[in-house]
Formats: sequence, structure tokens, C-alpha cells
Amino acid sequence: MLDQTLRFFSLADANVRYVLLGSLLIGGTSGLLGCFGVLRKRSLMGDALAHAALPGVALAFMLTGSKALPVLILGAAISGLLGVLAIQVIVGQTRIKSDAAIGLVLSVFFGLGIVLLTHVQRSGAGNQSGLDKFLFGQAASLVEEDLRVMAWLAAGILAAVVLFFKEFKGLIFDAGFLHASGFPTRLVDLGLMGLIVLTVMVGLQAVGVVLMAAMLITPAVAARFWTERLLTMVWLSALFGSLSGVVGTFVSSLAPRLPTGPVMVLVSTALFAFSALFAPRRGALARWRQHRANVRRETRHHLLRAAVELEERGVRGLGLDQLAVRLGWPQGRVRRWAGRLAREGLIQSVQGRWQLTEAGRQQGAFVVKSHRLWEYYLVHREILAADHVDRPADEVEHLLNPEIITRLEEILQQERQLDITRLGNLHKGESGHRPGGREG
Amino acid sequence: MSDAFWIILTGALAASSCGLLGTFLVLRRMSLLGDALSHAVLPGIALAFFLSGSRAVLPMFLGAALAGLCTTLLVEALHRRWRVQEDASIGIVFTAFFALGVVLISAYAGQVDLDQECVLYGEIAYTPWDLLLWKGASLGPRPVWILGGMLLANLLLVGLCYKELVISSFDPAMAVALGINAAAIHYLLMGAVSLTTVAAFESVGAILVVALMIVPGSAAYLWSDRLPAILGLAVGFGVAAAAGGYYLASRWDSSIAGAMVVVQGGIFGVSLLLAPNQGLLARLVQRGRLSLRMAQDHMLLGLVRRAEARSESHWSRLQVHQAGKVPTWLRGLAFRQLRRQGLVAGGAEGYHLTQAGKGEALRLLRGHRLWETYLNCLGLPEDHVHAGADTVEHFLDDQLRQELSAQVAGAQVDPQGKRIPDPGPPLAQG
Amino acid sequence: MPAENGAQIPLQIHDMTIAYHKKPVLWDVDLEVPAGKLVGIVGPNGAGKSTMIKAVMGLVPKASGWVKVYGRPYEEMRQVIGYVPQRESVDWDFPISALEVVLMGRYGRLGWVRRPGEEDRRLAREALAKVGMAEYAERQISQLSGGQQQRVFLARALIQDARLYLMDEPFSGVDAATERAIIDLLVELRSQHRTILVVHHDLQTVTNYFDWVIMINMRVVANGPTAEVFTDENLQKTYGGRLTLLSEAAQAMAVPPRGR
Repeated sequence: MLDQTLRFFSLADANVRYVLLGSLLIGGTSGLLGCFGVLRKRSLMGDALAHAALPGVALAFMLTGSKALPVLILGAAISGLLGVLAIQVIVGQTRIKSDAAIGLVLSVFFGLGIVLLTHVQRSGAGNQSGLDKFLFGQAASLVEEDLRVMAWLAAGILAAVVLFFKEFKGLIFDAGFLHASGFPTRLVDLGLMGLIVLTVMVGLQAVGVVLMAAMLITPAVAARFWTERLLTMVWLSALFGSLSGVVGTFVSSLAPRLPTGPVMVLVSTALFAFSALFAPRRGALARWRQHRANVRRETRHHLLRAAVELEERGVRGLGLDQLAVRLGWPQGRVRRWAGRLAREGLIQSVQGRWQLTEAGRQQGAFVVKSHRLWEYYLVHREILAADHVDRPADEVEHLLNPEIITRLEEILQQERQLDITRLGNLHKGESGHRPGGREG
Repeated sequence: MSDAFWIILTGALAASSCGLLGTFLVLRRMSLLGDALSHAVLPGIALAFFLSGSRAVLPMFLGAALAGLCTTLLVEALHRRWRVQEDASIGIVFTAFFALGVVLISAYAGQVDLDQECVLYGEIAYTPWDLLLWKGASLGPRPVWILGGMLLANLLLVGLCYKELVISSFDPAMAVALGINAAAIHYLLMGAVSLTTVAAFESVGAILVVALMIVPGSAAYLWSDRLPAILGLAVGFGVAAAAGGYYLASRWDSSIAGAMVVVQGGIFGVSLLLAPNQGLLARLVQRGRLSLRMAQDHMLLGLVRRAEARSESHWSRLQVHQAGKVPTWLRGLAFRQLRRQGLVAGGAEGYHLTQAGKGEALRLLRGHRLWETYLNCLGLPEDHVHAGADTVEHFLDDQLRQELSAQVAGAQVDPQGKRIPDPGPPLAQG
Repeated sequence: MPAENGAQIPLQIHDMTIAYHKKPVLWDVDLEVPAGKLVGIVGPNGAGKSTMIKAVMGLVPKASGWVKVYGRPYEEMRQVIGYVPQRESVDWDFPISALEVVLMGRYGRLGWVRRPGEEDRRLAREALAKVGMAEYAERQISQLSGGQQQRVFLARALIQDARLYLMDEPFSGVDAATERAIIDLLVELRSQHRTILVVHHDLQTVTNYFDWVIMINMRVVANGPTAEVFTDENLQKTYGGRLTLLSEAAQAMAVPPRGR
């Protein structure tokens, strides 16, 4: 298998070159246009287009006897567009909703395509093996002339996207504003739709009718996980698409009976899964880490605050039991976290009891101040009564960064002439609320 | 029993099951989820084939149910926890599952009696030979038993849970408030869809199952808005399509399942055109009728205004045609209608308004002038009220006119100083 | 009646009726707005306030009537009109930054194909600074609060340097500080002799904010200087009556009666 791989990628075989280039173009354009489709929330229109294209392919062959790609693509485009038109008519004129209209047109046109296809097969009118490639795709069947057509189409698509990027961006984000800026939004929308049609046509032979939709959705959604900028998303999506195309083609070349479409989709899905799990910030792993860090920080704050408040009452040397009672935690948990804080140099053990270090006292004071500032704010702005503020303050204090604290201080100083150097505890007695927080 | 009979029966049973469930999918706006499920069960079926080494039904059902469950759960997870849009979530999951299924089938194609095309459109033509054998005797084709059982199960489901299905489809919040577990109904329905897909799988394949589910229900929805009628029509259309599809495929050698779908589509197309109220033709006729009525009204109003202004009572045909602002191409038709309805009479020597015609014209005029007065009370500038009243006057029925009159406190004169006609005797509706 | 020197009047609407699916929602609107005013448009929910703004922008079709901006049809005058749509009209999860949103305000001037350049970016940053959002230029819009999103929308309108601004509920769902900042900005715009129309929902602040007011409830109830027109009587007419007849007639027009 190794030498097969090497042979494949050495591009010595002209056929391989074509196929590879073709898959690259297909994956790339699908990824490109897929972004716009997904952001427009019209993901499944591409599915309808692809399925509706099948009868066009069959009819084009039946009428012209030719299996040349441009002929078949033309038939596919006409039939696909008719399908989309039918959907608009159904949704616009009857009470049938868009999801049913899409499913309806998709499956009926596909059924018609199957009837035509099987008829051609059974009537034995020349070998039909070219046509059923359109079901699941067979990139290996791409030849040089096909590639020429595809390359032109892809170049056109790319040029259109580059030229009209800002128009498409404006259309999808805020069509009303684009219209108000003087652009004919109907035209731009049609243009975008036309590009999607072209993209589907380019990809049909390699990916097949059934799974074309996936190439318009999956790479785009995968790319979204990695970035917050549209331009980056678009290029990344094209990259994912191309990668899926190349790997898919390669894998299916190893097993000739395996159609390329499904393999490309699986590769693309794997890229998606990888993105959903490991993308920084939006990926599952990153979010889990962030969550854990948050919980850790909260727990640490709770412990520090408990220590500071106990010290305020003049307690020197904190015992496990005192802390446990104050926090409402089991002793084991207190011991664990106290150990952690000790390692971080925030508390130290003195004669078997815990004491805050200078660093610990500073951090603790900050946490306490945040908590109390917020409580004061809530009470003095008459948002909550004094006996209700402890829990909300508890939950919020971890989120208050120094900027917000400063602003809070300003507000309270200005409005209430509060002396922030001497913020006392609002609760005369115990508030009854145990700052237990979440399980760490 | 001829082959044709068995094949049509199989198709009809499949279509009936699918039509029943599919109607609910359409009404719950879950057509695409149904589409997704029918694709996504493929790897489950494929795995069941390979692991059991046979085409036994039970492993397939299990495999499909499992795959269906995974699909539903994954779509929810993507949508809720990863915040991917709903239709994109569906698209990603079902294409991945389907791709997996096709890959499995292609990889093991030699070992099992299942190929790619069969997956897409089934092998219903082989039904008469796919016999269920028991103790050496043939009990008839296996698919008939499977699909028959499935139909019974679905009928049971719909029959027993009818109320729950209806309420949770139209108002899930209300359903929950009534103590109905909408989530359970949802999963029950999805489960039924998955299993029905499997049952119909060998006969019509994965993709065409979708058509059998969505198309009849949608077509029925164009004819009626009462659920029992829709369900009945959906099943009826399905059976008709099964028979029609068989004959189409035998005339024009092609896939029977595909032909069934094409006939379904044809039934839908005919419904789209011809259904009363919802159909395109009906809408066209409605619009035409409205235009005609407005033309007639304008003509009547024009005549009665001329009568008022110049004390005329007889007019030539040309004058009648030119009365009111009637588009040229409607004039002849409107005039003929007025005569046919007995509102205008006369002959070569001149035409006049009949008693009935006068009454109708005065009612229209009253409505127009009342409306003008009303708009004036609301503060609209005077040079505008005429145009507004011009549009509204056709739509004021007796009740609205009465309310108007009450609102303007029995005014006698409109803002342009013209007299508002009295109500006059109530006309019989007709 | 349209004045002779229409070229000086920022907005003239004559006999405009708007229908959604054949159901009239705004009847016979006839009004003129003088230059250099900060205009509040008020009325109950569903009264047609947003619809009127959208109709001026050509976003909803008119069943009748015309609109003139400085004496010319509004299609010719787009360059001088700035539009701030409702915040909900947009998907704030879209992957773009605040700066890119503001840059969209320059698209009209750039025309087809041309990209925003350095000058455009500079103007965009200035606009953001004017609304106090300079540090958020590269922030993705979903990370902004409601008030910040509204400011970005405002910056987008500012960069258009328009003479007539149409704003649809700019104060809805924003915090008090943002509201103050917005009104300060609008007052500054007015001092530059621009005209601003604002669809507003809070009656308490009308007299403070606006020197001209348009009161709408399916038709224009009143249109004039706030002191004159914002009276109890007009408020009663706008908010009090239920206008069942107008709604019923509208409903009847949407579902034509069968036969005579």
C-alpha cells in the first residue's frame, strides 16, 4: 500500500493528476459557497438542488446521446433550477411550508431521475455506466476534457466570490441595509444562487447527487469553529473541502468499487468532528477547560474570602473545622483545597492551623472587596434588599475584573459618598448563605 | 395471485404506512428530519446484515432503531450544545451516517446480497419470489408480511395516540400543560419513522421512502384542512400511486419504486393545480372573479353618480361602458354580468338601472360615503379620502356598514358635501 | 400640499398606503418633515411605525402614494439618507467585527466590486470613536452587549454622513448610559442641521428628546412640533381608540368575500 500511496502522490500518472486536481477544485468551491449557504441558513437548498439535478442529467443524455460533461451539466443545471423554482412556487402559493416543499421536490425529482436512469440502463441504449456515477460520484471517471470545463467553472466561481465578496457579505448580514445603500438585493441574491448552482454542477460527478449537500455544509460548519472572521472562515472552509476531496479521492482509488462521494463526506465529517472537539475557544475541549478553570477560580475565591472574613473577626489560625462550617463544605474538600492554596503560597500552616500569607491576604481582600462592592451596589441602587444580596453577589464576584471594580467604586463614591476604604460587612449577623459554590 | 398483484400490494402497504406517519411529519414541520432519518438508518441496516449474515428482519430493525436513535441524539447535541444551526446539524449528521452506510455496503458488497442501487430504490420487482417459508409451505411474499405488520403497528400507534399526536403537533406547550409528554410522542414518532423506513427499505429503498412519506400528505393538505380527511386522502393517494407506478414501470421499462414516486409527484402536481381554494387554478379564478365584481361595482357606482349629478336615468351602451373606472377589457363582461343579474335592463333604445340595480348601487354609494366620512373623522386630509374609499367600498358588507354608520353617528353628508343614501331595505344575500 | 421649494424639505410623503399581503396596514399617510429637527415617531404596537420607515427606504412596497427626499424621489437620494434598522433584524452571531459592520456603511459610496480602503477604515474608526466604541473595533459582534451593538449600528449610520437619518427603535433594549450617549449624538447631528427621524417606544421621554413628533396608529394622527401636537387629546386618539373598523376593513380586503 505504501508504494501505491507514493505512486499516487508522485503525480506521475496523468489520470491521477486530473482526478486530484478535479477533487481539489470541487472540494474548494463547495467549501467556498457552502459558507454563504450555511450563514444564510439555507443549508438544505443545496441538497434540493443536487437531487433535482438528476433527471436533467438523464434527459440530457437521452436527448443528445452524449455523455460529455458540459452537456450533462447543462441538463443538471436546468433541472436543478426548475426544482428550486418549484419550491418557491409551492411555498409562495400554498400553505405547504418550506421544509415539506424542499423534501417533496427533492424526492420527486430524484424519483424521476431514477426512473429515467433505470430506463436507460434497461433499454440497453449504449453503456450507461457513465450515468450512474452521478448517484454516488466517481472522481476516477474524470478525464481531461471534464477537467477543462470544471477548471473554467471553478475559476469563474472564484472570481465572482472575490469580486463580489462585500456584496455577498452585506446581503447575508443585513439585506435591508444593503438595499438601503442602493444595491439591488434581488439581483445579488440571484447571483449567489447562481453560484451555488454552478458549484453543485461542478461537484456532481465526483461527489454524486445524494451526498453533494454534505460538501456544502460540513466544511463550512467545521471552519466556523476556528474563527470569528468571515474571510478566514471562507478560506478555511475551502481548505477543508479541498482536503476532503483529495483524501477522499485517494482512499477510493485504493478500493475501486468504493465510490468517491461517501469517502469525501466521511473525511469531511472527520475534519468537522476534530474541529468541534479541538478548536480553541469554541471547541468542546477548550470549553471544558475554560469551565474547569472557572470552577477552580470560584472555589479558590470562596476559600480565600472565608479565611479573610474569619480573620476579620479576629480569629487567628484557622482550623479545618471552622473553615468547613463557614463554607458549608465537607472537611475533605477543605483539606484538599487548602493544600492547593498552600502550594500556591496563599496560605501557610502555622502550628497545625492555617494562616493567610501576605499574598493570600491581598488576593483575599480583593475578592472580599468585590463581593461587598457588589452587595452595596445592589442594595443602594435598590435592586435587592440587604438580606438577599449575599447569594447574587456570591455568584457575580468572580466575574468582576479590576476595570469593573474601579467603575463600581467610582459610582458608589459619587452617588453615596461611600468610603470605600472601610467597606464593612452588610450583614450584621450571618447571612445564612453558605458560599458553597459548585463542586470543584 | 399474479405477480402484479403482490407487487402492487407491497407498494400499497408501504405507501400507506409512510403516508400515515408522513402526514404528521409534514404537519409538525419535520419533513427534513424524516428525510434525514430515512437516510441515516442505512449503516444500522448494513451492520445488521453483516453481523447477522442474513436478511433476517429483527436484526435490521434493531440496527435501524439504534441508528435512528443515534441520529436524533447527535442532531440534538450539535444543535443544543455546540450551537450549530438546526438544518446544518441535520445535514451534517445524516450525510455522514449515509456515507458510512454506503461505504460499508461497497466494502462488503461481495459478501452480502445488497448493492448500492438497491439501497437507493429497492427491489420491489423481486417481491413475488421473496417468499416466507414456514415448515416448507409458502405463506406469501415476505415483504407483504413485514409491511402488513408495519401498517398494523402504525395504525395502532395513530389510533391510540391520536389526541396526543394532534395536540403535540399543533400546540406543544398546551400539550405539556395538559400533562401529555410531548417528548415521548416525538421519540415515538421518530422511532416509528425509522422502523417503517426499514420495513419499506427492501422494497423501495432509502431515498424514495421519503417521497412516500411527504408527498401524499402534502397533496392531501391541499384538498382539506381536517386531519382525518388528510390522513385518509394520504393513504388513498399512496395506494393509487402504487398501482399507477407499477403500470408506468411496466409500460416504460424502469424502476417500479421510482415510477411510484413519479406518479405520487403527478398526483401532487394535479392537486397543486386543481385543488379548490389552495390550487393555482382556483386562485386564478378567484382573482378573476374579484376583478369582475369590482368592475361591476364601479360601473354601478358610475351610473348612479351620473344619475345623481345630471338627473339622468337612461344611457346608451357606450355610456354604460364608460361609467366608472373600468378597464377596457372588462367592460363588456361587466356589462353582460350586470344584465344577467338583473341589475341593469334595457335594449337598443337605452339602458337603465332596475329596482334591484338601484338598490345595490345605493348600498355601494352609502358604503363609500360612510367610509369617507369615517376617514375624515379620523383626521385624514380630504383630498385623499375618495381614493381610499374607492378601494374599500367593495369589501364592506352589511355588518361593517352598520358599524360604520354607528361610528360616524348617523351622518347625512359626506366630506365632499354629497348626501349619504339611507340604508334601504336589506337585500337578500346571493 | 407639497410646497414649491420641495428641494429644502427633507421628507415629503403623499397619500401613501401600505399593505402586507393585500391587507392595508398604513392608510393614506400624508406628511412633511422640516429640516433640522429631531423627530420622534410614536404609536402603539403594530401601528405601522416601522412600516413607514421601511416604506420610505423602499424595503416594503407601497400600494399607493409617493415619497420625496429633498424634492427628489428617494431612489435618487440614497446617498443622503442614513438608515439604522432594528437590532433584531440581524444575526449577531455572524462572523464579523464591529469595524466591518461600520464599513458596510461605506458600501453605497463604493459601489460594485470596489473594496473598502485605508480612508474608509479611518472613517470607520472615527465613527466608532464617536459612539465610544473605539476599543471594540476588532471585537466580534456576538461578544458585544445590546447597548454596544446598538452603538455599532449607529456608527454605521454616522459614517454615511447623511442629511436625513431614519432610525428604527434605536433605544430599545439598551442601558441608560447608552441611551444618554445616543441622544447626545442625535442632538449633535441636529445641531449640524441634519434631520433625524426616530421610531420611539417610550412616551415618557418624548418631550425631553424630540422637538417634532409624528403620532401614528394605522394612519397619521398628528404631525408637528412636540409642544403643539403632543397633547392628551392626540395621545388619546393615538393610543386610546381601538380602530376596529380599520382593522376589520383591512381584514375583509385580505380575504375577499365570496359572491355578493
